[in-house]
Amino acid sequence: MSAYVRAGLGIVHRELLRFVQQRGRFIAALVRPLVWLIVFAAGFRAVLGVAIQPPYQTYITYDVYIVPGLIGMIQLFNGMQSSLSMVYDREMGSMRVLMTTPLPRAFLLSAKLMAGVIVSIVQVYAFLAIAALFGITFRWEGYVAVFPALVLSGMMLGAVGMFLSSTVRQLENFAGVMNFVIFPSFFLSSALYPLWRMRESSVILWQISSANPFTHAVELVRFALYGQADWMAAGIVAAVLAVFLALGLWGYDPSKSLRLRGRGAD
Amino acid sequence: MQLSERERTRRLIQGARPALEVQNLNHSYGRKAALSDVSFTIEPGRFTALLGPNGAGKTTLFGLLTRLLALQTGRIRIEGVEITAGAAALAPLGLVFQQPTLDLDLSVRQNLTYFAALRGLSRAEAKARIADELTRLDMAERAREPVRALNGGHRRRVELARALLHQPSILLLDEPTVGLDVEARGRICRHVHALARERGIAVLWSTHLIDEVWPDDDLVVLGAGAVLAKGRAGDIVAETGADDLAGAFTRLTGVETAGAPTLNAREGMA
Repeated sequence: MSAYVRAGLGIVHRELLRFVQQRGRFIAALVRPLVWLIVFAAGFRAVLGVAIQPPYQTYITYDVYIVPGLIGMIQLFNGMQSSLSMVYDREMGSMRVLMTTPLPRAFLLSAKLMAGVIVSIVQVYAFLAIAALFGITFRWEGYVAVFPALVLSGMMLGAVGMFLSSTVRQLENFAGVMNFVIFPSFFLSSALYPLWRMRESSVILWQISSANPFTHAVELVRFALYGQADWMAAGIVAAVLAVFLALGLWGYDPSKSLRLRGRGAD
Repeated sequence: MQLSERERTRRLIQGARPALEVQNLNHSYGRKAALSDVSFTIEPGRFTALLGPNGAGKTTLFGLLTRLLALQTGRIRIEGVEITAGAAALAPLGLVFQQPTLDLDLSVRQNLTYFAALRGLSRAEAKARIADELTRLDMAERAREPVRALNGGHRRRVELARALLHQPSILLLDEPTVGLDVEARGRICRHVHALARERGIAVLWSTHLIDEVWPDDDLVVLGAGAVLAKGRAGDIVAETGADDLAGAFTRLTGVETAGAPTLNAREGMA
């Protein structure tokens, strides 16, 4: 087994261990979308009708509509949680251990990103299992086809988080940044309501939502759950991933000298 | 001194090459110079103390030696390989940072297993070496405990065990005894001296505490970012005309020595 494979597996294993030991994080990650699914969706079901639009071939209920959005929510929170973990690791010093491993930094950071994505996918499948108990099911091809979509969307959201973590020096500052990212991303997207509905109330908000990369991540997942590929969404998500991964790697470049400055450097 | 077969072979291959060479290193943060024209070498099997008061530039130097900071001017060669050649140049290094770097929520063994994976060790190799290093440091009984449950001295021992897992030929320690009591400091200091002597490891031990320097150690005195003296510790004392290392340190740096409780005088030079 090559050094790369061993190191990559080691990084993923550590992230899973940390996740398993933080049971509260797992429960919170599941409870949040389930509250939306069970409480909000039940309430809005009577108010919001969802017209036939791809990938749906018939009228659907609101709770069916928001499942992909809630999957996006899980991945969005997880992406931010992973970046919070990077800031924590930096504060606690364990990032130094990773960064002084004799392997290319881009590989190490990408492996850390991938580890976060795997944790998010575990959460998504747990959520889909619980949703099935409430009668929201998909064809088996959907459960398989959604996997690569989850990898791509999870990588994109993780890369955004990684870039943010590289710009934030202290753990305390990160909560504010998360609020500025998570809430606008989630509410100004197609996660909770179809974009055509938003256009009816505000064209500007519709334009912002259409441009929001999170919208495309949600649509990618939505189509995949029905065994279809939304290539445009996939392309946009991949492009945003490439941009933020590059920015994140740049952010962790030692020539910026941010990591030691102001943290006990003498 | 009995050297292992592996060590004899390594020294034959290396010949007279220094383990670590630092040449004309300069580093600044904006306009503030942190290091000025720093040059020294460390040799296999030698314990080299990097002694300097707070603010001397020790941590900046460690940042450069570990690629956490980018080289501005000067050269660093690790076993003859330029540090700018890539991350692989760091392979011979074992590192203990000033700041604790263990994952508090994971157990001792989980922390070490993670590091072993990062260094490409197989599961079987990792298991055997973790057992060996923890036994040497009297920590084998604590392997299953979460790091959070350990005191500062024990955490340092785990970090030292971790730094040795991949059998490095060079060990860099940045103020490894900060925050430890006299007994824990003495224990770690003696253990690392023994590592240099018995395993032929080249050690660079950064400190501001003079009692961690032994008379036969190699010594680099750093002050305000510049090398003020280098050579055998005993020779430096003689050259400055001081009575002891504390006096030599004060003459060289203009700084009174730290008032930390001293280690056993038989070993240290205080």
